[in-house]
Amino acid sequence: MNGVGGLVRLALRRDRILLPAWLSMFVLLVIASAAATRDMFPTTESVAAAATTMNGTPALVAVYGRIYDPTSVGALAMLKALGTGAVILAVFSIVLVVRHTRSDEETGRRELLGAGVVGRHAPLTAALVVAAGTNVVLALVTSLSLMGAGLPVEGSLAFGAAWLSVGLVFTAAAGVTAQIASTTRGAIGVAVAVLGVAFLLRALGDTTGPRWLSWLSPLGWGQQFRPFAGNRWWVLAVAAGFTVLVATAAHVLVARRDLGAGLLPDRPGPATGTLSGAFGLAWRLQRGPLLGWTTGFVVYGILVGSIAGGIGDMTGSPEAEEFFKRLGGDNTLTDAVFAAMFGILSVIASAYGVQAVMRLHHEETSLRAEPLLASSVSRLRWAAGHVAIALGGVAVLLLSAGLLAGSVHAAQAGDFSLVGEVLAGALVQIPAAWVLVGVAVAGYGLAPRLAVAGWTALAVFPLLGELGPVFGFDQWLMDLSPYAHVPKVPRSSVTAAPLLWLLLAGAAATGVGLVGLRRRDVA
Amino acid sequence: MTAAISVSGLRKAFGRTLALDGLDLTVRAGEVHGFLGPNGAGKTTTLRILLGLLRADSGSVTLLGGDPWKDTAALHRRLAYVPGDVTLWPNLTGGEVIDLLGRLHGGLDLARRADLVDRFEFDPTKKGRACSSGNRQKVALIAALSSHADLLILDEPTAGLDPLMQAVFEDCVAEQRHEGRTVLLSSHVLAEVEKLCDRVSIIRQGRTVETGTLSELRHLTRTSITAELTQPPDGLAALPGVHELRAVGTRLHCQADTDQLDDVLRQLSTLGVRNLVCRPPTLEELFLRHYGVTA
Repeated sequence: MNGVGGLVRLALRRDRILLPAWLSMFVLLVIASAAATRDMFPTTESVAAAATTMNGTPALVAVYGRIYDPTSVGALAMLKALGTGAVILAVFSIVLVVRHTRSDEETGRRELLGAGVVGRHAPLTAALVVAAGTNVVLALVTSLSLMGAGLPVEGSLAFGAAWLSVGLVFTAAAGVTAQIASTTRGAIGVAVAVLGVAFLLRALGDTTGPRWLSWLSPLGWGQQFRPFAGNRWWVLAVAAGFTVLVATAAHVLVARRDLGAGLLPDRPGPATGTLSGAFGLAWRLQRGPLLGWTTGFVVYGILVGSIAGGIGDMTGSPEAEEFFKRLGGDNTLTDAVFAAMFGILSVIASAYGVQAVMRLHHEETSLRAEPLLASSVSRLRWAAGHVAIALGGVAVLLLSAGLLAGSVHAAQAGDFSLVGEVLAGALVQIPAAWVLVGVAVAGYGLAPRLAVAGWTALAVFPLLGELGPVFGFDQWLMDLSPYAHVPKVPRSSVTAAPLLWLLLAGAAATGVGLVGLRRRDVA
Repeated sequence: MTAAISVSGLRKAFGRTLALDGLDLTVRAGEVHGFLGPNGAGKTTTLRILLGLLRADSGSVTLLGGDPWKDTAALHRRLAYVPGDVTLWPNLTGGEVIDLLGRLHGGLDLARRADLVDRFEFDPTKKGRACSSGNRQKVALIAALSSHADLLILDEPTAGLDPLMQAVFEDCVAEQRHEGRTVLLSSHVLAEVEKLCDRVSIIRQGRTVETGTLSELRHLTRTSITAELTQPPDGLAALPGVHELRAVGTRLHCQADTDQLDDVLRQLSTLGVRNLVCRPPTLEELFLRHYGVTA
């Protein structure tokens, strides 16, 4: 355990910008959620009506969870934040832990430290301490913010504890995956896959049942705190116990492997290669992640397709309809649900696109681009391969989700004309997601220090849509977001003009980035 | 002979740091040219400008008759490059990367590839993440040496290689020169440059401080003398052109300016010489004078 203190200080120093930025984002999210819903539902009757409708809508329960006290405005207000926030927090904890364990090891920084007076377990322990500490601070700040927004004290604390428990479990889980996989990408990938399974288990347990499925999922535990609806504190013992168990397992695994190696052994590969050029290499590097993302979108499409149909039969209260139409536009409930779900998918597909573009940045900073660019490959051709995969990948993701959602929905309704309608709803999202790819290319191409532009846009644009109506932003400000211009398809007619403008914006940004890349120094 | 590389007055700044401050470099076609300098002297920056990865702030650069910033891809078909710090894709094998780089350089000589894999005792089935730094270096070296390039640009290529492999590398460079290729070899391994290079440029703080053949450079410097005398070397230290004199009893070590050598030897013989070793200065000593004394 020698050196844990020093490593913790090192990690905090390295993340001195990242951590406060993340904390403020979560605080904004909870304050916005609390404020928004209180104004929408002024009376207990309206709260009860909305809560009953939400609980009776499988698609909503699947995505956000269940409301356990239909009279509690807190439970209603924080439903979305509790569910989505927990998922984002889990991803954040995973990235944080892997960043300070496997990434350091992969890049050789760990070796530099390991030669100093640092115990074998110290880097893992330090990473877990930093991530767990961040989660504790986040829980406290969140609870205080909720109290500040006027919600009950105990419920606010329970909400913080619910997020904390999810964050802790995935902190420990990432500690384990960082030992299993030998690359950063692999460690994050395996941990996110576990998160995906946890999400699915909770979604199934809360909707179709059996109910105990939710209890197999750490995300389910977060829900079972029931903040503002009973505040079940004993769930904390379950989450904490599990965290200790998993963190111990991670420490046992560290002692059983070599530095730099994973638990999965390296197999020898071919002695000669068939990669034909820059594009062949780009495809080889990107195909694995694309396959993983596509699988996720296919599963999501099937899920959305199978539950959206049920909503059309529901007798929704005016408030619930209002709720959905704000998300999905003026049309029937089922169509609104599709539009809302595809809206979320569009943001996630953009995330795929941005990370695919960021591969260029990674290749450049790791100096792998250097020998390629010293060969007959021009910068443009080198970059174009990755950008084409990012753009094509975004389209493939939305296409497969739309196709699966449409087919499942049409099969249930027995009307195969619906396939096209639902598919169109997914496809209209593509241009908006392409704009984000363009922003990422532009930032990276103009200067390496602007490479974060893509991720920043990905955080800011959806937030504009969430927070804009709550804080009464000017329309022009909200119109900056490409997602604001996507027609609410199906059913609302497809209008070509906004889509063309989005395509133009995406193409322009991509062009700016590629021209910039040709003109600047390569690291 | 025509110049394969000609650089003059090259300047490049990164923010406020001046990396290159009027650097000159001429590499003749068909020669092995050593490019020497301490860490941070601007060697890698120069090479990256020659490769068109960085754009020079001012100065003129001609590489194989073209402008490396404008004619990048066309020029790159005629050169091969070995970076000082080779990183591989963790999930590709060394063999795959060799073939990829070879293809991107416009084809590679398969017989030579096989021969080099053998001579460097390289296992091409190993994945990139499992390769040591020496093995990563071998990947880049094999790809470059088995290409059909006219010009090889090598940035401290032997840093991670063991002495046996360094010997293999030296043989390979000698063969390349024999075939008429031009080699620009950046290094701070002096023995290597001494063995391999026809001409040398020494740079320091972004400027060229010396350039020429090794013998030309040695004229500028001193001769190293080690002698065993019959009596203590009194009075020798006062002689003009004698430097760094160390005497233990009758044993003596000093350096003498080459144009004063005659006087120094005459003085030594009056003292009675039992044993005398006179040798040209090693590049090490050249280097120490450039960077040690004046630094």
